Amino acid sequence: MAARTLINVPPKAKRGEIIQIKTLISHIMENGFRSDNIGKPIPRDIITAFTCAYNGEKIFEATLYPAISANPFITFHTVATESGMLAFQWTGDNGFSQEATAKITVE
Amino acid sequence: MTAARATRRQFLKTTAAAASVVAFPAPMLAQGARPNVVVIGGGFGGTACARALRKADPAIAITLITSNDRYFASPHSNAGIAGLTDLQQQLFSYDGVGADGIDVKIATATAIDPVKKTVRFNTGSEPLHYERMVMSPGIQLLKGFIPGYDDRAMSRMPAAYFNGGEASQLRGELEAMEDGGTVVISSPVNPARCPPAPYERASLIAHYLKAKKPKSKVIVLDAKESFTMQKLFEAAWAELYPGLIEWIGLSNGGALSEVDVSTKTLSTDFDKYKAAVASIIPPQKAGAAAELAGVADRTGWCPVDPLTFESRLQKGIHVIGDAAIAGAMPRSASAAQSQARTCAGAIAALLSGKTPAAPTLTSSCYSLIAPDYAISQKGIYRQADDQYVAAEGGPVLSPANAPRSTRKTDAEQAYAWFKTITGEVFG
Repeated sequence: MAARTLINVPPKAKRGEIIQIKTLISHIMENGFRSDNIGKPIPRDIITAFTCAYNGEKIFEATLYPAISANPFITFHTVATESGMLAFQWTGDNGFSQEATAKITVE
Repeated sequence: MTAARATRRQFLKTTAAAASVVAFPAPMLAQGARPNVVVIGGGFGGTACARALRKADPAIAITLITSNDRYFASPHSNAGIAGLTDLQQQLFSYDGVGADGIDVKIATATAIDPVKKTVRFNTGSEPLHYERMVMSPGIQLLKGFIPGYDDRAMSRMPAAYFNGGEASQLRGELEAMEDGGTVVISSPVNPARCPPAPYERASLIAHYLKAKKPKSKVIVLDAKESFTMQKLFEAAWAELYPGLIEWIGLSNGGALSEVDVSTKTLSTDFDKYKAAVASIIPPQKAGAAAELAGVADRTGWCPVDPLTFESRLQKGIHVIGDAAIAGAMPRSASAAQSQARTCAGAIAALLSGKTPAAPTLTSSCYSLIAPDYAISQKGIYRQADDQYVAAEGGPVLSPANAPRSTRKTDAEQAYAWFKTITGEVFG
């Protein structure tokens, strides 16, 4: 099932400007340490990795662990170097993979 | 009588008497004077407690401190905001309270000394000494929880959570708004006063818009991922106001990150919402008097002993109502009234050297979705592990998929409930 993602990248920026990028993905981030109401362990289901590529070049990556809450909100900064595409990818347990993209115009 | 000759029964009697003197070394009681209780806060909790104390023990001198000569009751005020009722119906005087022999003092506490047991006031009148204090200070709104949320933002995008002026301001703004305008309500994280209130407000405003300004809509920006009675609210919205209410939860980017008061623009991390009418209900903490007395902890709320509602931080001060940490009990007028009765009983017992009884408390909470459509949540709460937990099975909610007649009965009960509680507390 596709997860819902939210991306906030400034549509325009000046060359060399430091820009803030915000991302959010809906995901339960089940930590694997809990049991259900009959005592059966609930298997782990988390996002384990996040990456951001700027025109194909990886500019940010993160490893996620079970202690991270549901719906991970990841925000970071980068330098606006050229117009193009930012590509985001989240991967995780049970073959989870979700992608999203955002355009930026650099003047 | 010497100890050697004392019978077992006499010995027990003597030690019991001695123990009660040690446990309750109230000098006023020893001198035979009337014990004096000061109640701070003239809302549902404080007023109900003052009156319950008067009933429990006519010998106690009771002073009720309240900041206004009339109280604006928040339950049902959303109906006033949406133009269904007259907001004047929300105002209550303290005439009946005074007639009970309770000294009602219009003032604001400026200093509370829990060691000397005195309280000072802004009116310059003599400080009051108290034997025990009851504090029902309500809530205060957290200014500055996001950039731009300053005094001006608070008055231009009012929470209208205890202030009648703000409620009528929202009413006026809704009337003045052009058809097609967007009403934005921001709902806070818990704990907060009356958790269903933002959704009731959205519902009743949608009721007004549907009739008068059908091109308009209501957006609820929520700092939470889910809310109380959500399924019931959402089913009602789909049935009564399709397309009129948009709820944006936390994982959809509902948490506010900034507000711009001059353009009434509410920003989240992912979007901007330009409002014609905005009501920001910010995160909250216990009312200012709680801080004066040092009964609020680092959470901003007041930890209490569930048996007596006595503060865990300051002896001799009891905290009830929205300010108190009362486990699973919601922050409602009904819960405050129930806590008030329990607290009054405990204080009457303590002042006469008895042990307070283990309490059972209740809370009922009605949310109007239309004038003839309401949903409710009713709970019974008992003490367990030093805190209140909901009785077996949890609070009882209105059934899902119920016929309209059920919703109508709930609405009738909602109006009757308001009449009853305001009659009991202020009548």
